[in-house]
Amino acid sequence: MATGTGVVGRSVARLDGAGKVTGAARYVDDVPEPEAWFGATVRTTIAAGRLEAIVWDPDFDWSRVVRVTADDLPRLGVQVNGVMCIDDAQPVLCAGEILHREEPAALVAAPTQALLHEALCRVKLVERPAGTPPILDLDAAIARGAPVITSYAIRRGDAAAALARAAADPTMKIVEGTYTTGHQEQLYIETCGMVGAPLPGGGVTVHGSLQCPYYVHKALKHLFGLAPEQVVVQQDVTGGGFGGKEEYPSMIGAHAVLLARAANRPVKIVYERGEDMVATTKRHPARVVWRAAFRADGTLAAARVGVDLDAGAYKTLTPVVLSRAILHAAGPYRCDDVSVEGRALFTNTPPNGAFRGFGAPQVAWAYERAMDRAAALLGVDPLEMRLRNHLREGDVTATGQVLRWSVGSTAVLERAAASSHWSGLRAAAAAQRAAAERAGSPLRRGVGVAFCFHGAGFTGNGEVNLKGKAEVELGPRGVVRILAATTDIGQGTRTILPQIAAQELDLPIERVEMEEPRTDRVPDSGPTVASRSCMVVGKIVQEAAAELGRALCRRLENARGLPDGSVARRGSAFFHGDERVAGWEEATHGAEGLRGAHVYHHPAGVSFDDKTYQGDAYPVYGWGADVVEVEVDLDTGETRVVKIWTAHDVGRAINPMVVAGQIEGGVLQGLGWALCEDVVMKDGRMANGRMTNYIIPTALDAPEMVTDIVEAPYFHGPFGAKGVGEIPIDGPAPAVAAAIEDAIGVHLAALPMTPERVLAALEAGSSTMGTR
Amino acid sequence: MRVELVVNGTACAVEADPMARLLDVLRVGLGLTGTKEGCGEGECGACTVIVDGALACSCLVPVCQAQGATVTTIEGVAFADKLHPLQAHFAEDGGAQCGICTPGMIVAAKLFLDRSHAPTREEIRTAIAGNLCRCTGYQRIVDAVAAAAAEAASGGGGVR
Amino acid sequence: MTAAQPNDPIAAAMGVPVETKLYAPRTLAEALAAKGEHGAACTPVAGGTDLMVGARPGVARFACVLDLWRVAELRGIDVAGDGALVIGAATTFAEIIRSPLVEAAAPSLIEAARTIGAEQIQARATIGGNVVNASPAADSVPVLSACDASLVLASAARGERTMSIHAFYQGYKKLDLAADELLVRVVIPKRAWTWSAFRKVGTRAAQSIAKVAVAARAQVVDGQLKWIALAYGSVAPTVVRARAAESLLAAHGVQALPEAQVRRALTSDVRPIDDVRSTAEYRRRVAANVTIRLLRALAARSA
Repeated sequence: MATGTGVVGRSVARLDGAGKVTGAARYVDDVPEPEAWFGATVRTTIAAGRLEAIVWDPDFDWSRVVRVTADDLPRLGVQVNGVMCIDDAQPVLCAGEILHREEPAALVAAPTQALLHEALCRVKLVERPAGTPPILDLDAAIARGAPVITSYAIRRGDAAAALARAAADPTMKIVEGTYTTGHQEQLYIETCGMVGAPLPGGGVTVHGSLQCPYYVHKALKHLFGLAPEQVVVQQDVTGGGFGGKEEYPSMIGAHAVLLARAANRPVKIVYERGEDMVATTKRHPARVVWRAAFRADGTLAAARVGVDLDAGAYKTLTPVVLSRAILHAAGPYRCDDVSVEGRALFTNTPPNGAFRGFGAPQVAWAYERAMDRAAALLGVDPLEMRLRNHLREGDVTATGQVLRWSVGSTAVLERAAASSHWSGLRAAAAAQRAAAERAGSPLRRGVGVAFCFHGAGFTGNGEVNLKGKAEVELGPRGVVRILAATTDIGQGTRTILPQIAAQELDLPIERVEMEEPRTDRVPDSGPTVASRSCMVVGKIVQEAAAELGRALCRRLENARGLPDGSVARRGSAFFHGDERVAGWEEATHGAEGLRGAHVYHHPAGVSFDDKTYQGDAYPVYGWGADVVEVEVDLDTGETRVVKIWTAHDVGRAINPMVVAGQIEGGVLQGLGWALCEDVVMKDGRMANGRMTNYIIPTALDAPEMVTDIVEAPYFHGPFGAKGVGEIPIDGPAPAVAAAIEDAIGVHLAALPMTPERVLAALEAGSSTMGTR
Repeated sequence: MRVELVVNGTACAVEADPMARLLDVLRVGLGLTGTKEGCGEGECGACTVIVDGALACSCLVPVCQAQGATVTTIEGVAFADKLHPLQAHFAEDGGAQCGICTPGMIVAAKLFLDRSHAPTREEIRTAIAGNLCRCTGYQRIVDAVAAAAAEAASGGGGVR
Repeated sequence: MTAAQPNDPIAAAMGVPVETKLYAPRTLAEALAAKGEHGAACTPVAGGTDLMVGARPGVARFACVLDLWRVAELRGIDVAGDGALVIGAATTFAEIIRSPLVEAAAPSLIEAARTIGAEQIQARATIGGNVVNASPAADSVPVLSACDASLVLASAARGERTMSIHAFYQGYKKLDLAADELLVRVVIPKRAWTWSAFRKVGTRAAQSIAKVAVAARAQVVDGQLKWIALAYGSVAPTVVRARAAESLLAAHGVQALPEAQVRRALTSDVRPIDDVRSTAEYRRRVAANVTIRLLRALAARSA
């Protein structure tokens, strides 16, 4: 393995940057499709009931378009009306039972946008509401005993007994709180879109804006009963995903293919923004209840946490979200007596799905608020609270996992504290508040901290079951090409995976390419999710490159008549003993097409029991700490984020610029979730489904960010790297809440902390305007 | 109606409904797909172009108002085959991640830099306040614009 | 009904039916003639930043459009003989922001203009469009109200008529604007003032719709408040002047501000609602808080 100076650890410019800055990069709606018709979806308007009929205006000439309803599915080759995710219960088209608003009920495709629009105006759904009122939110689901879609539990020690003892012990403090979060919309700037087309011989092909080509592949195979080679799925350059394009593209791809089969030509479906916002998946709303006991010295003695998630109307990915939620629910803190119980409840709303963090942000909101509550009750500095409680190497988690390696927890806390000048910053904010009060200014500054952890890669045995595979193939003139299903959705995988391969083979990065992510060209290295692309797929790619190296060694041995195993590779050169027998040019000459392949290898000694939820939930964790300074306006409840300092342990930064970009982007999404991203639901449908009314931060809302990268290398990651994609979104919201509390003394327990909520909390206290 | 306009220095003509969006005329009529649609309501700025020397959301400009206009899109920012310093910095310094906001962002920043001298970071943020980005947190976008501005100020670079 | 598809390959690719009847006058007379002939059947468009929202490819939303973008007589900023500031209806907010005349006569209008959208919107959105679109959250209207602006409407049949902006708005999106009329000028009468302020509390720092907006103007001579104008947006179906609060303040002065009374007076003047952006309670509180804050600043300046 090549070490020392090399391309890993350098901020290499994005390899796909040129197309993006010139406008040449082709997103799905940019790809020329001269034969394609335009497709659109007709959706239900009630939250629960029956679809009785679909009425097609007889005055419209329907022969000029194609239309597909559930009745047409069999003749279009559909084996089961279900889009396969974890199960196939979610219908591709509503067949009668309506479980949420915006369910796809019919599809229409037309040769022009104009005709499509006209056709859509001429179709009506006849819907009959259910006899009982629909369940429209988590509170109603809990109150009415809605079906539990999934549940899990974790136990360590005896939390109930420990809490009972603590309640009777005057030296201990009991902290209780209910912490809630609403939906969050991913709001990738490119809406969802797919093009489907029939292939000769009965197969189908799709291309579009997506994160997981093999998820779409699996869903289409299942829907149409096709063999793997009969389905081709390709990712186009994708304008953001954040989880929102993990599963829903399977639905859209299926719709595009259905229309394409009906029309016997390609069909393109590109969602308008409004449709994308109201119909596709969102972050699961959550209600997390904490009851914990703290000792006088601030250490956590026992915790009981209840997690309820709003799943929406179909299972989709919810069990995995709940799983991650409960595995993180007790927080990155030492505790011998922990009980976590989680449930995902049915509601008559569009199914919720993946959004960066995937259950962890919701529980981090709760555990950090609980920590702050305890700190305030005990009179302990909030940073000191984390320093006293945080998990370190050798400590044990709630599932009984011993943290044996790559635990940069203390480092991120210390780095964030140092970078922000924590004590000085807090003192300055306190001084500002005093001065502002004297001067009669309504502005109050405050400083808060948050600390979090995030398991990298799939939970438990997920990677073992997945068996992700990648290959590195030799191309002409010694160029190598990476074959993996990982998609670049902005996070830079098309740059860092080549960096990894280049480093392994000691090649200049210009000699490394990545194949297009098409299922007929690349093996299934797994989905682009779960902070696994660098850590898991990067490692598979590194090993595949090494395999290619070994294959080249064998080839040289054969060519030179040398004994088996006598040629070894050092970097890009080949040695027989100490004698250099070939350089890269010579060794690869005539070997075009040679491949190295590798299948995921699970690190030794890492095991998890899915039944008992005990053991090593994740092979390794990321660690993060955020310090944030805010300024609250007492007149309006508005919170301005002045600045944020973050420190994240990423194991090893393959490309520091790319890593920092992930952190900064995730942080701003966390700040948006904290303060202004409010999905307003009315009668089971997003009521503010326009960019004017769903508020994400502009450049003027975003603070300056100071980003620290900490490296506690992970032995099983490529060159020590582990996951970073999601952890940055876990900490900002509770850090902001802590800063607001420091500024104005209100303890907020619900997200988002809109000005309306902040002002209401202020007014619930005393008058804030003083007499001057 | 027939609309004649100059796009990226080239005289063009299209047949389009007078109220067709300039965005669609550029993307479909002229095949210039660099300008993107993100929202269709003038909020995200992904469709930003320069019309007669001023920024505009092309999703809000009816093509009849572009009659005789001079339009610059992302495809017209580079000079011949050399990238504008903004483009170079966006590509090299992390200003672009998924890239969907990048064309509109660069067009907005380009016009701003044409008219400003030694801008502060706050002034840069104001200049791009109409361009939403979901990936970067804006930090490296501001860095890239500041770097391009510094390059221009030092007289070096120009285009590369 | 099939839309005619011309043989031009570009039009075919766009699939756009060539349906919308367009009038694109260069003079005001031409514009008024077209509006006079077609009345409500003809939709005027200036900057398009409201009208074009929701436009979709292939969907002709208007039978007939009157494009005002190139009517030179509708643009421009001038000071009239009587000292009034006269702004052409199709003047963009970018032009307003750059105008030294506006800076001198009504700097709050520039402050308000800077809060509209961002650069892209300011470059196209016009003051006339903002006034006539009549959103309760229209950003320029509270300033115009505080300045007691008048609007000049014109029709081919009857010529020009002038009315106060307050008379123009008769209810939610109900305007005293005849079907054959266009708004041609916005006039801010000359008035001696010593203090003006504007505050918009929106959804974010740019690209934001007002939850509450207040525009204020006053004249203080020798520490004495002569008059004060307080106008609010987003707290009623139309812009409102806080007449009760204004009278109270004119009588009492701004020193030793009777804050509780001012708050009570405001409560009667504003009628906010709950909507997807905010709540009535929030708007009520914030309108009052921001007003008191501005008045304290005025008092400090005048002491």
